[in-house]
Amino acid sequence: MNIIVLVKQVPDTETRIKLKAGSTDIDREGINMVLNPYDEFAVEEAIKIKEAGGGSVVIITAGEAKAEEAVRTALAMGADRAIRLDGAEFAGADSYSTAKALAKAISAEQYDLILCGKQAVDDDSVQVGTLVAAMLGIPSVNMVTKLEVAGGSMKASREIEGGHEVVEVPTPCVITAQKGLNEPRYPSLPGIMKAKKKELKAVALGALGLSADEVGAAGAKSAVVELSLPPERKAGQVFEGEAAEIVPKVVKLLRDEAKVV
Amino acid sequence: MANVLVIAEVKEGKLKKVTLELLSKGQELASKAGGALEAVVLGSGVEALAGEMAQYGAAKVYVADDAALAAFNGEAYANVLVKLIEASKPGIVLVGASINGKDLAPRISAKIGAGLASDCTDLDVADGKLVVKRPIFAGKAFSKITFKSDIQIASVRPNVNPLAAPNAGASPVVEKIDAAAGDVKAKILETHKSAAGKIELTEAEIIVSGGRGMKGPENYKLIEDMAAVLGAAVGASRAAVDAGWRPHGDQVGQTGKTVNPNLYVACGISGAIQHLAGMSSSKCIVAINKDAEAPIFKVADYGIVGDLFTVVPLMTDELKKLLA
Ligand SMILES: Cc1cc2nc3c(=O)[nH]c(=O)nc-3n(C[C@H](O)[C@H](O)[C@H](O)COP(=O)(O)OP(=O)(O)OC[C@H]3O[C@@H](n4cnc5c(N)ncnc54)[C@H](O)[C@@H]3O)c2cc1C
Ligand SMILES: Nc1ncnc2c1ncn2[C@@H]1O[C@H](COP(=O)(O)O)[C@@H](O)[C@H]1O
Repeated sequence: MNIIVLVKQVPDTETRIKLKAGSTDIDREGINMVLNPYDEFAVEEAIKIKEAGGGSVVIITAGEAKAEEAVRTALAMGADRAIRLDGAEFAGADSYSTAKALAKAISAEQYDLILCGKQAVDDDSVQVGTLVAAMLGIPSVNMVTKLEVAGGSMKASREIEGGHEVVEVPTPCVITAQKGLNEPRYPSLPGIMKAKKKELKAVALGALGLSADEVGAAGAKSAVVELSLPPERKAGQVFEGEAAEIVPKVVKLLRDEAKVV
Repeated sequence: MANVLVIAEVKEGKLKKVTLELLSKGQELASKAGGALEAVVLGSGVEALAGEMAQYGAAKVYVADDAALAAFNGEAYANVLVKLIEASKPGIVLVGASINGKDLAPRISAKIGAGLASDCTDLDVADGKLVVKRPIFAGKAFSKITFKSDIQIASVRPNVNPLAAPNAGASPVVEKIDAAAGDVKAKILETHKSAAGKIELTEAEIIVSGGRGMKGPENYKLIEDMAAVLGAAVGASRAAVDAGWRPHGDQVGQTGKTVNPNLYVACGISGAIQHLAGMSSSKCIVAINKDAEAPIFKVADYGIVGDLFTVVPLMTDELKKLLA
C-alpha cells in the first residue's frame, strides 16, 4: 500500500506561550519544536501497515526549513522519503490554503491511503485532513483509534459522543489519527542515521503547479488579525487543616460565593 | 444583508443545548448583519423540533427528513447541507463544536470554498462581516479571526453563549429540503455506546476529574459518586489515562479535551501545563491535593490541601446534603 503521511512541526506542549508585540504570531524565540503528537500516531500507523503488507510511506509537510527536523523524526521512525513545500508564498496560510497546497502535492504522488493527525496542537484547527480529502474528492474518517486494511477498503473505529463506531471506507481515503491508535515507536539510532540519507525534497510553488494567489496568506479564506492571552486567573483561597472543617466551608462557598452548585 | 444559518444537532430525538445557544447568539448576529436567522435540521422524524427552534428565534427552519439521515454521517450530512447553503447563500453558518460538528464543518468549507474557524468562544459582526475569537495552543492563547469568503463558517464551543428567553408564541415556518445524500462512500458498520446518558466532557457544566493521585481504577468510584450527586461528567489527567485507568476519551488537556465547565473539581491532579491548558477556562476550579505546592493550586479558586481519600467522600456527602 502506498501511504502518504501529513506532518506538521509544532511547539512542544510544555511551551509557555508569549506574544510578540506588533505581530499575529507568538514569540518563537527559544521554543522547542516537535513533531505534532497526533502526527506521531499517523506515522506509526503508516509504518505498521507497510511492515505488514509492503508499500511505501511518503511524508509531506508545509513549513519552514526548520520543520525538516520533524520530517527527519518521521523518516527515522521508518518512512521512506519526504517532501517539504518550500517558499515564502506558503506563509500566512489558514487551514484552507494549507490543505489546498498539500492536496496538490499529494495528487502528484501514487497513493492508496493518506494519514494525518486529527489536530495540530498549535492552531488546534481540526480541519486539514478533512479539507484535503474533500479537495481530492476522496472520503475521510476522523478521530480514528483503530485501523485495519480490508482488501480495497479500510475498516476504522472512530470516537463518537459516548462511544465509538466502526466505519468501512474504500481506498484511497484520508484517515485522521486520534490518541489510542497505537504507541508510536522511538526512532532507533540506526534509524536516525539512515534518515539522514533519505530523500527530502523541497518543492517550490512553481514545481507544485499552483499560482501564488491560491496558497499562503493570499489563498487563505480567513486571517488572524490579533492574538491575546487568556485572562489571568485571580489567586484563589487555599484551605489547610482538618478536612471535616474545611469541606463544609468550601461547599458553602461553592453555593454562596461562586454560585456553581 | 446576510442571513445566519444555524445547523442543528439532534441527540436522542432532542435538540442539543448548543443548538439553542447558537440560535440565541444567532439572533444577535443576524440583526447586526441585517439578515434573518434561519436553522436547518437533518434526521429522521425531526420536523417536530422546528417549533423549539422558532421559539429561539429561527425565522425559518429547513428540514431534511429521511430515514437515511437518522444517524449522523459526515459525508451524507455535508452533501445535503452543501446543496442548501449553495441555494440559500447565508452569510454566516454556525455549527456546534461537537465531535460531529467538527467532522461536518470542514467538509462544507472545502466544498463551497468558505473560510472556517473552529471552536469559537466569541462571535461578533463588524461592518457586516463575522469576527470570531478562538483558543489556540489548547487555550494558552486566543486568536481573533476575520474572513475573506462571502460565506463564513464557525464551529462554536458549547457553554459559551447564554440562552435567550424563548418566545413561547412563535410558530415555525418550515421548508422541507432535498434530503438525498447522494453518493456516500463511508459506511457505518457498527455503533457502540459505552455508557448511555454519559455527559460529554466538552459540553458538561460540571466536571469531576481524577489524576494519578487516585492510585488505581477502582478508586474512581469516589469520583463517580461525586459526579452523580452533581450531575457532572468524569474527566481524567493523561497520567490516569496512560495508566489504563480511564478511557482516552476522558482525558482533559492539550492532547485531550479542552473543557469549559462552570465547575471543575481536580482530585489528585498536580496541574501540569498540558492539563491546565485544557481546563483553565473553567469558571470555577476546585483542587484537592495533598501537596500544598502543587501547581494546580495556582489556578484553583478553592484549594483543599488534604488526602483525597478523606476529602472527596466528605465533599460528596456535604454536596448531597446541600442538594437534597
Ligand atoms: C506531549 C504531551 C502531551 C500531554 N498532554 C496532556 C494532556 O492532554 N492532559 C494531561 O492531563 N496531561 C498531559 N500531559 C502529561 C502532563 O505533563 C502530566 O504528566 C500529567 O498531567 C500528570 O498527571 P497527574 O497530575 O494526574 O499526575 P502527577 O503529576 O503525578 O500528579 C498526581 C498528584 O496527585 C497528588 N496526590 C497523590 N496522592 C494523593 C492523595 N492521596 N490525595 C490527594 N492528592 C494526592 C500528588 O500530590 C500530585 O500532585 C502531556 C505530556 C506530554 C509530554
Ligand atoms: N502545514 C502542514 N503540513 C503538513 N501537514 C499538516 C499541516 N498542517 C496540518 N497538517 C496535518 O493536518 C492535521 C490537522 O491539522 P489542523 O487542521 O491544523 O489541526 C495535522 O495533524 C497534520 O497531520
